[in-house]
Amino acid sequence: MNALQHLAFFAESETVPILQLNLPTLVLFGVVFGLLIIASVAGQLMKRQSESSIHPAVVRTFNSRVLAWWLLCASVALAFLFGRSATIILFFFISFWALREFITLTPTRLGDHRALFWVFFVLTPLQYLLVWWGPSHYGLYSIAIPVYGFLFIPARIALSGDYKRFLERAAKIQAGLLICVYTLSFAPALLDLKLVTYKTADGSSALWTDGSPAGLLLYFILIAQLGDVMQYLWSQLLGRHVIAPEINASRTWEGLCGGVASTTLVGILLWWATPFTYWQSACMALVIAVLGFAGGMTMSAIKRDRGVKDYGTLVEGHAGVLDRIDSICFAAPVFFHLTRYCFSSSV
Amino acid sequence: MLIRRELEDYVPPPMRVTQQVLSTAARVLTGATARWVDCQPDTCQRVYFANHTSHLDALIIWSSLTPEIRALTRPVAAKDYWEKGPVRKFISSAFNALLIDRKEIKVHQSPVDLMIRAIGNKESLIVFPEGSRNTDSQMSDFKSGLFYLAKKRPDLELIPVYIENLNRVLPRGEFLPVPLLSCVKFGSPVWLERSEPKMDFLRRAREAVRRLKEV
Repeated sequence: MNALQHLAFFAESETVPILQLNLPTLVLFGVVFGLLIIASVAGQLMKRQSESSIHPAVVRTFNSRVLAWWLLCASVALAFLFGRSATIILFFFISFWALREFITLTPTRLGDHRALFWVFFVLTPLQYLLVWWGPSHYGLYSIAIPVYGFLFIPARIALSGDYKRFLERAAKIQAGLLICVYTLSFAPALLDLKLVTYKTADGSSALWTDGSPAGLLLYFILIAQLGDVMQYLWSQLLGRHVIAPEINASRTWEGLCGGVASTTLVGILLWWATPFTYWQSACMALVIAVLGFAGGMTMSAIKRDRGVKDYGTLVEGHAGVLDRIDSICFAAPVFFHLTRYCFSSSV
Repeated sequence: MLIRRELEDYVPPPMRVTQQVLSTAARVLTGATARWVDCQPDTCQRVYFANHTSHLDALIIWSSLTPEIRALTRPVAAKDYWEKGPVRKFISSAFNALLIDRKEIKVHQSPVDLMIRAIGNKESLIVFPEGSRNTDSQMSDFKSGLFYLAKKRPDLELIPVYIENLNRVLPRGEFLPVPLLSCVKFGSPVWLERSEPKMDFLRRAREAVRRLKEV
């Protein structure tokens, strides 16, 4: 926090909320790590069982996913301990890596090189710098990439003098920047909301003091990831009607409905960690699960178009970072705006 | 164990730290992963021959090797390029590059002779038989050096290497890298057949590199 105070002149009169980890947040962390331990044990048990009962590929997928969640949760926990800036830096690195994977699989031409340099080393850090700068820059960071980035990228490509498939190349770079950087930056932006709750005796609004925005961010990540798992599980259990076999053969209507319903249920169970009431938390979980599904489908479509299974195919058969965070990317801006307009006093 | 002690005599510790830092930096920047397709890392004498698309090529192949192999492997590079300026000089000496003069080639001092003399019966080489970096994705024809190397030293294992995506990280004529993910693939060794014509061998070697693209 000292570094923050030193740099306080940036924020001037604006008070940057300090990341407080109070009881509900810590309990939520306990729940997350508890779930992870259960998942790890289950994964090891499945590994030991004979190959006849469960397909070994399914077990491998499950175990690599559990490992990815451990990494994600451990880095989020560590970042929370170091405070708000560290959390924003963590999300910056996740964005950077996801963008790397996205652009690697996107066919660009030599003429895009300089534009890509700007995208990686100027636009991406700038977005997170604006988020870090604080909530008073909300207006700027919510249009920086969709408006100014949108205008800048094709202009920079045009300067290179290569017109082949021009619009397509510009659009692909813009899409990568929006999906990997812009949307994801709304997740750490949650930390700056002055949360309001309606969990009062008479149902009127009051500042939320029971928990912390950090807890809300953790709640969001947990629900988004659980939404993925639940849809996968329900698809494996009862999946009959595949939604779009050309895009993703494992996503079924049964999986979607079952997954969304059970995620909503989890949302209700976790209401205590949020400023929401039971039904509000249920609605939020429902929205996150549906958007997570949309994210998964969209990214699958892009992958099919490029003829790869995972974004991390270049990295020795592991699924990439982007494969793990697609649901978070799609749900983050919507969850942020719902919370900001309905449960915060900063509007 | 014996090999390890030998190597410790061979590379002075400060240089080893520099090498480690350089190779780690190169791998982080280019996100390079090494894939040994039909080949395993080994300290036996080898010639790694690869497609040439970027200035970083030699550094990346060299970094993808394990420290033991790295200490015994020398990239072959152009003297006129790598002796220009202190930074290039430092980097080329750090990865123990074998600098070859492209302009003044003398009789009995041909590049192949120099290479064979330099490696003795211990070291391996990294070569780029296309000569210069190509700009488009097509590989150019191989120069004959690889053939004479195989002819004069039939005991060397010739390993085809395909470098993917590095021309997008740092294309020709650019000086700022874009951190995309690249990949280095090592294929199964190629041997010069008895009385195989030069052009056939070079075509076969080029095909071995090109085929790794689809793996």
